[in-house]
Amino acid sequence: MSVQVPDAGRLTAHTHYRRFSREERLLHGFLMFSFVGLAFTGLPLLFSHEAWAATLARFLGGFESAGTIHRLCAIVMIGVFTVHLSRIVRRLFGQKDLTLLWGPTSMVPQPRDVLEMVAHIRWFVGAGPHPRFEHFTYWEKFDYWAVFWGMAIIGSSGLILWLPEAFAYVLPGWVFNIASLIHGEEALLAVVFIFTFHFFTGHLRPEKFPMDSVIFTGRVTVKEMEEERPDEYERLRRTGRLDELASPAAPRWVYRLGRTAGGVAVVLGLLMVALIVFAELK
Amino acid sequence: MTRALLICCRVVLALAVAASVASASPQKAASPKPPSNDDCLACHGDAGAARADGRSVAVLPEPFAGSIHGMGGLSCVDCHTDLAALTEYPHAEQLQPAQCATCHDKAVAAYGQGVHAQERQSGGKLAAASCADCHGSHDIKPSADPESRTHHARLLDTCGRCHGNDEIIKRDKIAIGNVVDLFKDSIHGRALIKSGLSVAPTCTDCHGSHDIRRKRDPASTVFRNTIPATCSSCHEGIGREYWESVHGTQVAKGSPLAPVCTSCHTAHEIRRSDVEGWALEVIKECGTCHEHSLETYRDTFHGQVTALGYARVASCADCHGAHNVFPKSDPRSTVSAEKRVATCKQCHEGATASFVKFDPHADPGSRERNPTLYYIAQFMKMLLLGVFSFFGVLMTLWLGRSVQLKAAGEWRRRKVDDSAEDGE
Repeated sequence: MSVQVPDAGRLTAHTHYRRFSREERLLHGFLMFSFVGLAFTGLPLLFSHEAWAATLARFLGGFESAGTIHRLCAIVMIGVFTVHLSRIVRRLFGQKDLTLLWGPTSMVPQPRDVLEMVAHIRWFVGAGPHPRFEHFTYWEKFDYWAVFWGMAIIGSSGLILWLPEAFAYVLPGWVFNIASLIHGEEALLAVVFIFTFHFFTGHLRPEKFPMDSVIFTGRVTVKEMEEERPDEYERLRRTGRLDELASPAAPRWVYRLGRTAGGVAVVLGLLMVALIVFAELK
Repeated sequence: MTRALLICCRVVLALAVAASVASASPQKAASPKPPSNDDCLACHGDAGAARADGRSVAVLPEPFAGSIHGMGGLSCVDCHTDLAALTEYPHAEQLQPAQCATCHDKAVAAYGQGVHAQERQSGGKLAAASCADCHGSHDIKPSADPESRTHHARLLDTCGRCHGNDEIIKRDKIAIGNVVDLFKDSIHGRALIKSGLSVAPTCTDCHGSHDIRRKRDPASTVFRNTIPATCSSCHEGIGREYWESVHGTQVAKGSPLAPVCTSCHTAHEIRRSDVEGWALEVIKECGTCHEHSLETYRDTFHGQVTALGYARVASCADCHGAHNVFPKSDPRSTVSAEKRVATCKQCHEGATASFVKFDPHADPGSRERNPTLYYIAQFMKMLLLGVFSFFGVLMTLWLGRSVQLKAAGEWRRRKVDDSAEDGE
C-alpha cells in the first residue's frame, strides 16, 4: 500500500522528496478532469449504434447538451495544452534550460529508455534484474508523448469539426472526413490507453494499488525514491541536490482530494472501457 | 299470450283479405296482386313480431318511412321479391335475401369483385360484410345524410364494427389487425374525427366502397404500385413531384422495390412528417434498399446523432429531398453539383463550394471512392492494433511478475538486492 496518509507528528519531518510542482499537479488535475469529460460526452457518438450510447446521451441531457459539455471540456484541455507549451518555451528560450531536451530529466526518448524497456521485459519473465530507473521511465515518456500527440491531433481535428464553415475557407471539405475519422480513432486510442495502461501503472498494479498519489501530492517518500528510481536517487545524492528536494508530507486534505479524484476517475474510466469492450465484442 | 293471439288474428284477417282479393279477380290467378306494404306491416309492423324461436321479425313503420326506400315509395316486395307471388300466410320462414341487385346492379356487381363477397363465397368467414352490414336494412339513408351509416363522418364506425373490433379480428383472423385504432391516431384520422374535416379521407377514399379489393390484387386502389395514384387523388402536387422522381418513374415501370407513399408514410397510422420519431424511422426505410449508403451515413456525425435518437441533424430526406429524389447526376437533384451548396446551406449557413467537398457518405473502407481516407484509416487501424497489443502484452507480463513477487512475500526486498534474488 503506497497510499500512506502520514500521521500528524510526521508532517513537518523531511520524509519526502518533491517530484511535481504545484503548477504541474494543477495542470494534471485540469487535464484529467477535461479528459474524463471529453471521453464521456464523445463516446456516445462513436458508439451511437449501441443501446448504452443512447442511454448515456439521454443522461447527459441530449446530444446538444453533451456537445456543449464536450466543447467546454475541450476549452479546458486546450488551455492546459497552451499553458504546458508556454512553460516549455519559457524554460527553453527564457531560461535556456537545455536539460529539457536531453539528459535524465528530459522527456525526449533516449537510448537509455530502449535499454530499460528491454531490461524491464527481461525482468517480467525472470530473465534479468529490475532496471534502475531515472527521473522518467520509458512508459512515463510514452504516456506523455501519447497524450501530447493526442492533444495536438484530437484537438486540431476537433476544432475543425467544431467550426467547419470557418475552416472551409482554408481547407477543402474532404478534410472534414479525415478530421472526423482521426478524431474518433485517436480518441478511442487515447481513452483505452489511458483507462487501461495508465491506470495500470498508476493505480492497479500490485505495487501501487489502490493508487500512486504522487501526481496529486507532488511528493514521493524517501523509500519510494530509493527503491523505484535508484539511479535518480544516486545522481541527486552525488550532485548534492537531494536536500533541495526534501520536503514534508503533503497536507492531509491533499491526500484525500487526490484519492477521491483519482478513485472517481478510475471508476468512470474502467466503466467506459467496459462499455467499449462490450461493444467491440458484440 | 295475448300478443300471440293478436298475431294469429291478424294473420287470419290477412288471409281472409287475400282470399277475397283472389276470388274477386279470378282472371289474375296466375299472377296474384303482390301484398302491399300495409299487408306486410299488418304483422311485421308490430314491435313484438317474432318467429317461433323468438327472433324478432319486426319492421317498424316509422324508420322505414324515413329511409330512402320508404320515401321513394318502394314496396316490401320490391326487395323481398320472392314474396311478390305470395298467396299463403304466414309465409315460409326461409326467404331469399333482399335483392338489392334489382336496382343497384352496378354496386352489387362491384361488390361481387371485392374481398367481402369473396370471403362469403369461399364459405370461410360468413361474417364478411354484405350490403346490409354497411348500409343497414329497412332504415337505409342516402350517404349524404349525416345519419347514414355510410356518411363520410360515420363510415369509420361502420367499418370499425369489424375492423375495429379486436374480438372479430381475432376470431376471423383479419390479417391487418385493428386498423381503425391505427387510423384514429393518424393525421387523416385526427382531421376526420377531431377537426371534423369533410375533406379528410376515410376508409372508402382509399379502398373504394363496393369493390374493396385485397392489396395484392393489381386492380385494387391500394395495390402497391397503384397507391401513388390513389394518394395523388388528393395530394396532387406531391403526386406530380413523385411521379417525376427516380422512385416514381421506377414504380410507373412496375418496379416491385421502389418505394411508394406507404413505404415511408405507412398505410393507416400516417403521421405528420415533423414528428421526431418518424424522420428517424424513415432512415431505416431508405436503408432497406440503400444499405451501403445507410452504413456510410452512420459513420458521419449526422448518422451518429440520428442513431442516438435525435432528429435535429440531417437525415436522408433533408439532403436528397423526400418526394423529389433524383440521381445526383440529374441537375434537378438537391445533391447535384449545381444545388449542393444551397442544400447544405439549409443548416450550414456559411456553406461554400469548398465546404461541400465534404463527403457525407465517405467510406474509409473503399480505396476507389476515398483513397486518402482509406490509407489514413488503415494507418489508424495499425496504430491502434499495434499500441493495444504491445501494451497489452507488456501489462500482462508485468502483472504476472508483480503478483508472483507479492505472493512470494519478496516485494519489500526485491529492489534492494535484485540480482541476488534473480540469480543472474
